[in-house]
Amino acid sequence: MISILTSPDFISSAISFSVILLLGTLGELLTERAGHLNLGVEGMMLLGASFGYIAAVRSSSLVFALVAACLGSGLGALMYAFLTVSLRVNQTVTGLALTMFGAGLANSVGSKVAGTSTPPNIEAFFSFHPLEMDSPNSAFLRFINKAFLSHDVFVYFSIVLAVLLCVFLFRTQEGLALRLTGENTAAADASGIKVTRIKYLYIVIGGVLCGLGGLYLPLVQQGYWIENITAGQGWLVVALVIFVRWHPIKAIAGSFVFGALSILGSSVQLNERLSTIPFYNQYIMSMFPFFLTIVVLVITSARKGAWRGPAEIGHPYFREDR
Amino acid sequence: MSVSSSSPAENAFSMKGISKSFGSVCANEGIDFEVKIGEIHALLGENGSGKSTLMNILSGVYRPDCGKISVFGETRDFRSPGDAIRCGIGMVYQHFKLAESLSATDNIIAGLSKGQIFRALQTEKSDDRHISTMDPDVSVSPDQKQRRTGTNYISDLIRKFAKRFHIDFDPDKLASQLSVSEKQSVEIIKVLIRGAKILIMDEPTAVLTPQETKKLFSVLKKMRDQGCSIVFISHKLGEITELCDRVTVLRKGRSVDTLVVSQVDTYDLIEKMVGRKIELEIVRPAPNPERLECLRVEGLTYHDEKGLAKLSDVSFSTFYGEILGVAGLAGSGQKELCEAIAGIIRPSSGSISVDAEEISGLSPRSITAKGVSMCFIPEDRLGMGLVASMGITENVLLKEYAFQKGIFIKTDRASEKSDQIIKELDIMTPGVRHPVRLLSGGNIQKVILGREIHLHPKLMITAYAVRGLDIQSSHTVYRLLNEQKKQNVSVLYIGEDLDVLIAFCDRIMVLCRGENMGILDANHTSKIEIGQMMSGTRLEVIRTGVDYVSNR
Repeated sequence: MISILTSPDFISSAISFSVILLLGTLGELLTERAGHLNLGVEGMMLLGASFGYIAAVRSSSLVFALVAACLGSGLGALMYAFLTVSLRVNQTVTGLALTMFGAGLANSVGSKVAGTSTPPNIEAFFSFHPLEMDSPNSAFLRFINKAFLSHDVFVYFSIVLAVLLCVFLFRTQEGLALRLTGENTAAADASGIKVTRIKYLYIVIGGVLCGLGGLYLPLVQQGYWIENITAGQGWLVVALVIFVRWHPIKAIAGSFVFGALSILGSSVQLNERLSTIPFYNQYIMSMFPFFLTIVVLVITSARKGAWRGPAEIGHPYFREDR
Repeated sequence: MSVSSSSPAENAFSMKGISKSFGSVCANEGIDFEVKIGEIHALLGENGSGKSTLMNILSGVYRPDCGKISVFGETRDFRSPGDAIRCGIGMVYQHFKLAESLSATDNIIAGLSKGQIFRALQTEKSDDRHISTMDPDVSVSPDQKQRRTGTNYISDLIRKFAKRFHIDFDPDKLASQLSVSEKQSVEIIKVLIRGAKILIMDEPTAVLTPQETKKLFSVLKKMRDQGCSIVFISHKLGEITELCDRVTVLRKGRSVDTLVVSQVDTYDLIEKMVGRKIELEIVRPAPNPERLECLRVEGLTYHDEKGLAKLSDVSFSTFYGEILGVAGLAGSGQKELCEAIAGIIRPSSGSISVDAEEISGLSPRSITAKGVSMCFIPEDRLGMGLVASMGITENVLLKEYAFQKGIFIKTDRASEKSDQIIKELDIMTPGVRHPVRLLSGGNIQKVILGREIHLHPKLMITAYAVRGLDIQSSHTVYRLLNEQKKQNVSVLYIGEDLDVLIAFCDRIMVLCRGENMGILDANHTSKIEIGQMMSGTRLEVIRTGVDYVSNR
C-alpha cells in the first residue's frame, strides 16, 4: 500500500487528477467569497466538459474547445446568478437545479461525440511537458522529474492561478471588495461597492473555472466522452472549499489529497497483490474521498469558534429590506 | 417660530416633497427637509415617524416614490449608496454595517481605489507638519506610496487621520473585537475618508454610555467647525438641545416644523412630535417595605460555546413588590442573564433560586410553572417570545396548552383571554386570529407583555420592553409594570434609557462584560455614575472616593 502511495507514477497521476478538483475549488471559492453557495458545480463541470469536448472534436482546435467550455459553464453560472442575485431565489435549490439541468444537457450534447477520442493535435499539446528534464542522472531527480515535473501546461497554469487568486483576494482592493461583499453585503453596498456587479462577475468566473476543470476530464484524463463523466467530482469540490477554508493556496494541497484518494481505487486495482485482499475493493476505495468529506464536515462543524466561511452565504440581498 | 426657508446657496442639501411607501405602509409623505452648510440639524420624531426612511433615501439606500433631492445646489437622483457617497453624503447607520471578521482598516478602505485612499489620507501632510518629521513614510513621493500596499502602513495613516477628529481606535483590530463606540468610530471614519461633507447619524447615542456620548458630541462639533453638515437623528430631547443648531420634527411620515433649537422649549417639541400635550412624568410607587426576597442569584457564571465568559460571578436578589433595573451596554450579559433564569441556557456555575428553591437546571416549562415569566424583546421583536405567523389566541395558547388536560386544545379560554388583553392594552388588530407578524412593533410588544401578565407570575423579567415604542406606548408599559409591582410581583427590568431606569426603577444593577458592577439605589444616583459603572468601574471604587477621572 505504502509503495503505491510513494511511487512517482501515483503521485504524478494524483497531481494530474487534482487539477480538475483545483480548478473547480478555485471557482466555487470565488463564488462563495461573493456570498453565494453554488451547488451546481457538478452541473457546470459537465456543461464545460461536454461543450468543450464537442468543440474539440468538431474543430480540432484547443482554443475553440476552451472557449466553448467557458461559454457552457459560464452560461450555467449566469443563469444561477440571475436567479439568486436578481430574483433572490433560494441558493440551495437553484444550485441543485443547475446540477440536474447541466447533467441533462451535457449528456444529450455529449452523446453526439461518444466513442470519439481526443483529436491528435490536442493530445499532442497535452503530452508536451514544459518542465520535464531530459535524462536526470540521480534517482532522486528521476523521482522528482516523474512525480512533479512531467505535467502539461494546464497543471502548472492552475497552480499559478491559485497563487494569483490568493494575491488577488488578500492584497488588492478589488479582492477586499469581494470579501466584504461576501461578509456583509449591506456594508459593501453602503461603502459604494457595486455589489450586484461583484456578485455576477465572480459567480460567472467561478462557473467558468469549474467548466475548465470539467473539460480536463474528457480531453486529457479519459481521452473520450462518457455519460456523467464527472462522477461526483463536483460534490467533492463543494466539500473541498470548506476543507480548505475558502483559501486558494490551501486549495492546492486540499485538491491533491482528494485527488490522490480519488485515484486510489484504480491504482489498487492495478496492483495484483493488493487487489486479492477482499477489503481493497475498488468500489470501496472510490468511496474514500466522499467518506473523508463527511469526516471533514463533522470536524469543521464540531470545532468551536472555527471560522464558518463568508457570513452572507445563503442570504439573498435586497437593499430596501427593512 | 418657524424658520423661513434659507437661500439655496447656503444649503448643504434640500429634499422636497419626498414620499416613500412600503407596500401599504406610507413611511414618508411629501416631506420637505433642508440642512445648511456647517450646522448640526436634528431630525426628531417618534419611532415610526419616518426619520430613518427619509435619511435612507438621502443616502441612496431607498429610492423615493416621488420628490426632489438637491445636494450643494445640484439636483441628484441616487441609484445606490455609492452615488450618494460620491456626492459627499455619508451615513452612520443605527445598526452598524461592518464585516465582523475583517479588520477595522479593511472595513474602512474596502471599495476605494488605492489612489482614493492616499488622496484622502494625504491632506494630513499639509495639516500637521510635525507628522512628517515623526514618520519618514509620509514624506515619500506618491509614486512610492502607491507601491506600499501593506495594510499596516495604511492603518498608520488611518490612525493619524482619525486623530484629527480626536477619534481614537486601533485600526488593526478585527471589527468583532471592537467595542460598540469604537465600531461607531470606524463607521464615522469610513464616511469621512470617502470625503463626506454631509454626515447622517442615525440614533448614534442609543448604544453609548453618557461619557461616550459626550465624546461623540465633541467630535461632531469639531466636524461642524470644519464645515461639515450633520444630521442627527434622535428622539432624546436633552441631546438635541445640547448639541444641535436647528431641529426638524417629523410626525407620522410628515414634516411638522423646522425650528431653531435655542428658541424653543422642550414641551413645544414634544407636543409637535406627539401631536398633542402629554404627561411625561414617570411615576414610581413606593416599593413593598417588607423586602421579601423573591429571586436570588449567586455566583452565576456562563461561558458561551466559544468559551467566552458572558456572565461571571453575578450575584443579586430581587424583592417582592419592587422593580430592579438592569443597566449596561448592549451585549454586557443581559440576554444571558434572562436566559439563565428562564432555563433556556444552562449556567456553567452558580445558583438561581426563587423563594429559596433552586431552579437552575430545571426545564423552562417547570420554571414557568413556578411563577417565573419572561418577556424578552429582541432586536427583531419576533425572534423570541412569539410565533410570527400565528394569531394572538394561538400565541397566548403557547404558554398555556401544556397545563391543559386531555388531548385536544381548548381555545375558548385563550381567545377570551386574548380579547381581554386586546382591550386592556389597547392593541390595534383586526382580530385575535390576525397573524402577529402583521402588527406594528408596539402592538407586538403589548401582546407579549399582556400574555405574560395574564400568567400571574411571581417574578417578571422584561428585557427591552419599550424598545422601538413611541412615547405613549412606552408609558403604557411603565403603567402596566407599575401595576404588577403594586400587586407584589417582583420585576426585573432590563432597560436601555438611563433616564427611564433612574425614574422608574427602585434599584439599579449595572452589568459590564458580564460582571455585576454594583447595585444602586435609584433615588441616590446619577447618569454619570451609572455611565462610569457601565464602562467598567465598580461601585465601591466610585463610592470610596477614588477619583476615577483624574486618576486616568
